[in-house]
Amino acid sequence: MLLITLLTVIPLLGALAAWIIPSNDRRPWVLPLVACLHLLIVSALCALPLSPSRGGWIHLDAIGRVFLLEIGGLFCACAFYAVNYLQYRQERNNRVLCMGMLVCLSAMSLAVVSHHLGILWLAIETTTLSMAPLVYFNRNARSIEATWKYMLICSIGIAVALLGIFFLAYSTVVAGLEPSLLLGPLQGYAPKLPVAWLNAAFVFMLVGYGAKMGLAPMHTWKPDAYGEAPGLVGAMLAGGLANCGFLGLIRIYQICMASGNVHFYRSCLIGMGLFSIAVAAIFLVRQTDFKRMLAYSSVEHMGLFVLALGLGGKALYGAMLHVIGNGLAKGVLFLAAGNIHRAFASKNRDVARGALRRTPWSGGLFLVGFLALTGSPPFLPFASEFSIFSAAFTNGRPVVGAFMVLLLLIAFMGMSFTVLPVVLGEPPKNRERTKYRDTPLLAGPPFVLLLIIALLGLWLPQPLYRIVTDAAALLEASR
Amino acid sequence: MNSAPDQLLVLVLLINILILGTHRTRVAIRAIATQGIVLGVLPLMIHSFHSHILIITLFVLLAKGVCIPWLLFGALKKVDFGEHMEPFLGYTGNIIAGALATVVAFAFAARLPLAPVHQGLLAVPAALATILIGFIALASRRKAIHQVIGYLLLENGIFIFGLLLTESMPLMVEAGALLDLIAGIFVMGIIIKQIGREFSSMDTSRMTALREVD
Repeated sequence: MLLITLLTVIPLLGALAAWIIPSNDRRPWVLPLVACLHLLIVSALCALPLSPSRGGWIHLDAIGRVFLLEIGGLFCACAFYAVNYLQYRQERNNRVLCMGMLVCLSAMSLAVVSHHLGILWLAIETTTLSMAPLVYFNRNARSIEATWKYMLICSIGIAVALLGIFFLAYSTVVAGLEPSLLLGPLQGYAPKLPVAWLNAAFVFMLVGYGAKMGLAPMHTWKPDAYGEAPGLVGAMLAGGLANCGFLGLIRIYQICMASGNVHFYRSCLIGMGLFSIAVAAIFLVRQTDFKRMLAYSSVEHMGLFVLALGLGGKALYGAMLHVIGNGLAKGVLFLAAGNIHRAFASKNRDVARGALRRTPWSGGLFLVGFLALTGSPPFLPFASEFSIFSAAFTNGRPVVGAFMVLLLLIAFMGMSFTVLPVVLGEPPKNRERTKYRDTPLLAGPPFVLLLIIALLGLWLPQPLYRIVTDAAALLEASR
Repeated sequence: MNSAPDQLLVLVLLINILILGTHRTRVAIRAIATQGIVLGVLPLMIHSFHSHILIITLFVLLAKGVCIPWLLFGALKKVDFGEHMEPFLGYTGNIIAGALATVVAFAFAARLPLAPVHQGLLAVPAALATILIGFIALASRRKAIHQVIGYLLLENGIFIFGLLLTESMPLMVEAGALLDLIAGIFVMGIIIKQIGREFSSMDTSRMTALREVD
């Protein structure tokens, strides 16, 4: 319990420190310091057996461990990257950025460990708020537009999710049960809950948390926010906040699956997932802005998550593995994309060409990261996407599986039309070179992330394998 | 429909229509503040007296009646909003849509499988109507600050539905939700000021730099 408390309190203390430290140079070092401490606690927590505490409100289960590992690792990489990045951006006061990142880490950690739907909702709402000033870091007309869309759509989404939670609570009142918003009791109640209210709660939470995840058609804020935010903020949005939205969806999924009447939920999830992948694939073709491209790729992978929940069975193992694979691969891509953006002072593929020559490390990372994310062996996303794909066939959904592969193929080709010129093209001759060069702290963190997903793809350590299978079993057992 | 809580809920419904129909931002902010105060008083009248309920009332009055209107007026002060902008559908169209939404909410609520104690209560249709009108305001308004008011209507509607559950919701969650709402409005207020500076207007339909090129 102490460790779990520290998990949320240490980032908050870090935020306080970032607020107090007056020097713009020294302040960013708070980020890696807190990130390392956080990651240390995360590893300790994942090794220890834990039981629910505080009357079941706070409980780190296997699903939580998967998310916590992913968030901790990604944040650590972003934190080291931030130190050097903020040196490049001396002209900006970085107090708000450092504080926002740390408050967000605290809120994400709280979301992961909470088994009370109300607390989970609060934590997810806090992540949205704490990231809003960070999207606006560049202080121009484009970023204010992106921030407004992000803030408005995510706030409405999260409000709709709250209505879903109220419906769920009300369904217990209608059924004449002791009202509760705890995951455990609700799973026990599920078969007795009135179907109409439970369905309504599910749909509202799917739409609400779906807006936060960026599922189509609620994804419109995503390309703008991811495109205008700095690379490391984009990485946290794609690998941290989007996953928190997914976690919210997982919790209601666990309750709905326990109700026994699963057909409706499965079809909703499969339909929503396929639609998101399809929309993303369409917009990925002919996308000229490589940061917006990453946003659509995130829409695609969120769709994949939801699809996997709908398929069930072995796909759940794939989904849990993909939380780690997708989160870390997004970190590689966003951080490398940020470097390329700065090297060319543009994020358009017509201007930013030939990154491999200008910034060999970042260019190479962007290319290999792209291959990793789209499911090339031997990287981790290959293993997870393959599990989801094969589950579609073994669970008797061959049409869904075939459709999914087709769309992923279109998305892959669409992305390669953007990534290949950016990395391998002929650098423009008439443009001035910016002062940006790859440094160990800017190219190192994405390189380490890439190394991790490559190693995990080749060989999944036994403890991690057990955590992932336990998480999948938790999702499965709730049926 | 003669009891005091029901009369207050009718007031809430009237304020909804007022907000849809007014073109003056200050009136809209005052209206949403009044609605917040009404909502703050409601838990006291619906539930039996309890310290938990009293604290919620105080929180709501402070948040929705004082803090949020103050933040919104603060955002207005920095922005020159002399120009006058018709919402999509126009004001008359908005009022008609609002009235229709209220009718639909009543018709729909009558068919919901409610708990026997809540049968015939005005709270459920009032919640649905306020949520729907919030969405109408969000979809039709172009000024950023009016979109925030639409969002607040949505939140108020959800709050009315939450009244049915006040006794089962933990205080921490309610208080936290209100705190998050205040923080959210605070952030939105800052963004509105920046929008006013960058675009010299709060018209969000001018924000078209970010879109897919074709």
